[in-house]
Amino acid sequence: CELPGGDVHLEKLGEGLGVRPLLCGSSLSLRTVNSSRSAYACFLFAPLFFQQYQAATPGQDLLRCKILMKSFLSVFRSLAMLEKTVEKCCISLNGRSSRLVVQLHCKFGVRKTHDLSFQDCESLQAVFDPASCPHMLRAPARVLGEAVLPFPPALAEVTLGIGRGRRVILRSYHEEEADSTAKAMVTEMCLGEEDFQQLQAQEGVAITFCLKEFRGLLSFAESANLNLSIHFDAPGRPAIFTIKDSLLDGHFVLATLSDTDSHSQDLGSPERHQPVPQLQAHSTPHPDDFANDDIDSYMIAMETTIGNEGSRVLPSISLSPGPQPPKSPGPHSEEEDEAEPSTVPGTPPPKKFRSLFFGSILAPVRSPQGPSPVLAEDSEGEG
Amino acid sequence: MKFRAKITGKGCLELFIHVSGTVARLAKVCVLRVCPDSLCFGPAGSGGLREARLWCEVRQGAFQQFRMEGVSEDLNEIHLELTAEHLSRAARSAAGASSLKLQLTHKRRPCLTVAVELVSSLGRARSVVHDLPVRVLPRRVWRDCLPPSLRASDASICLPRWRTLRSIVERMANVGDHVLVEANLSGRMTLSIETEVVSIQSYFKNLGNPPKSAVGVPQNRDLESMVQVRVDNRKLLQFLEGQQIHPTTALCNIWDNTLLQLVLVQEDVSLQYFIPAL
Repeated sequence: CELPGGDVHLEKLGEGLGVRPLLCGSSLSLRTVNSSRSAYACFLFAPLFFQQYQAATPGQDLLRCKILMKSFLSVFRSLAMLEKTVEKCCISLNGRSSRLVVQLHCKFGVRKTHDLSFQDCESLQAVFDPASCPHMLRAPARVLGEAVLPFPPALAEVTLGIGRGRRVILRSYHEEEADSTAKAMVTEMCLGEEDFQQLQAQEGVAITFCLKEFRGLLSFAESANLNLSIHFDAPGRPAIFTIKDSLLDGHFVLATLSDTDSHSQDLGSPERHQPVPQLQAHSTPHPDDFANDDIDSYMIAMETTIGNEGSRVLPSISLSPGPQPPKSPGPHSEEEDEAEPSTVPGTPPPKKFRSLFFGSILAPVRSPQGPSPVLAEDSEGEG
Repeated sequence: MKFRAKITGKGCLELFIHVSGTVARLAKVCVLRVCPDSLCFGPAGSGGLREARLWCEVRQGAFQQFRMEGVSEDLNEIHLELTAEHLSRAARSAAGASSLKLQLTHKRRPCLTVAVELVSSLGRARSVVHDLPVRVLPRRVWRDCLPPSLRASDASICLPRWRTLRSIVERMANVGDHVLVEANLSGRMTLSIETEVVSIQSYFKNLGNPPKSAVGVPQNRDLESMVQVRVDNRKLLQFLEGQQIHPTTALCNIWDNTLLQLVLVQEDVSLQYFIPAL
């Protein structure tokens, strides 16, 4: 496929999350998930986005691969330079040599060719349905971008909620730790209902999610001048952020904090003790459902789990090796889509969010070797 | 204890943003003294004048509203310790705002609440509220945060053009750490730096001296004799680069071989920076 000018947006997305993209066949889709599984993003590019698009020939397998983000980003490293010098960008997949070729046709006849090696991989498909979320709001990304400006750049989490008078409130969130809370400055930004194109939520609802990842999405959406929709549910259920254009479709799914008692009070909502849905029930699919190789059948359940701090009501689920849903380890080329307990050695455990739980189910053709907790860090390959 | 103040008007808001920015550049933790007719920023902790220190006063005229009730009638002040960067960040969010309100509140712990009324790009009203955690200081430490009361300085002179002064001190800082500041009462000032390899001197003349009555200089002073003090160049540079107001008056006072004091005044704001001699 060919992209006119520089494909600047991919870089912003990647930098926001710092994760691996997966390229999928018929329309170009880039999907990423972060190492703690608390954020997932999927960008779908319609063929019209490109000047020229040659889909996989019928009969050929759907192309699906994973690429190291660092390599991919290094191609699009300098946005300013890209915008000035690149006239055309051609991306092609060479299945035989397992290479993704990105060719930048620049001014003065300069042509830069990047050969990135890719690995075959499983589909990464998070299960989520914006329509099933009872609450939603939509506003131009610019409005939300302005709203997060007063927050310190280092702030990790923010609470979004509906306050009295149908005002939308963004509030900095700090964990209730003895010393640090005492020193932390709390900032609250209040937007009126009229700033939103659509606001479908009752007073008192609120969710807490990672601000850094939200900022990543916002900066992209602002630069593309798009509207951002936020679909959310009870605290603990993932929040879905969507942007849509005639040429591309983006979905971001972020985990939300499940215990929000203190914030419920501040935002005027009734206290809520939502039991975290039993992980097992949701994420254990029937092996019989996956009889064929169709990518759509590799559904990966997405749940939040809570940590195993003593103060929490429910015990941690994903950390106990015992009652794991049956899942097979990956093939020898390390499978990163497999279920990962929230503490993976080598990855700092997410402090507040216990990760969305991805349980990957492979087709029965690959004989499952029985349940085993996957603890190996994903292989980064040659980097 | 009560405190409530409001700033409106672009000029006053900008000034407050610059003041809080300056304090944050020069001190990590500061003490906010709420007095009946002014707000004073000072360094935290007692250190006397062994280190470079900043004091800043914002008089009531900068506020559209100013009401306070101190600890008691005869001790009509409030001393609060807070992180200067917090206040600076909260004030920065008021760029282009219609008003900024300061209020002492209690939200699970004592806070200085900064409430900013903004107008969005579409003309819609928007508000941002910051709760800054503060520590109310007990009366026994109040003395530590007051600016020192000193005898009259030996020389007092108006500073040269700010940018010139800053660029000279910047270049000198590349050469060495100690700068000698000399001035007399005839409008002459010299900055010198000397190392084994090089010596640099900058001469300023016709600078003007503040009128004697304002300074309290003793009589019978030889107007030509230079008074000097050697200070840490980096501290001087830190002030020259960190301060953000646009002063209408900028002068310095020198106590021979003891102390250098820089004083800046803009409308209702005054900044004083003391650098002790090395």
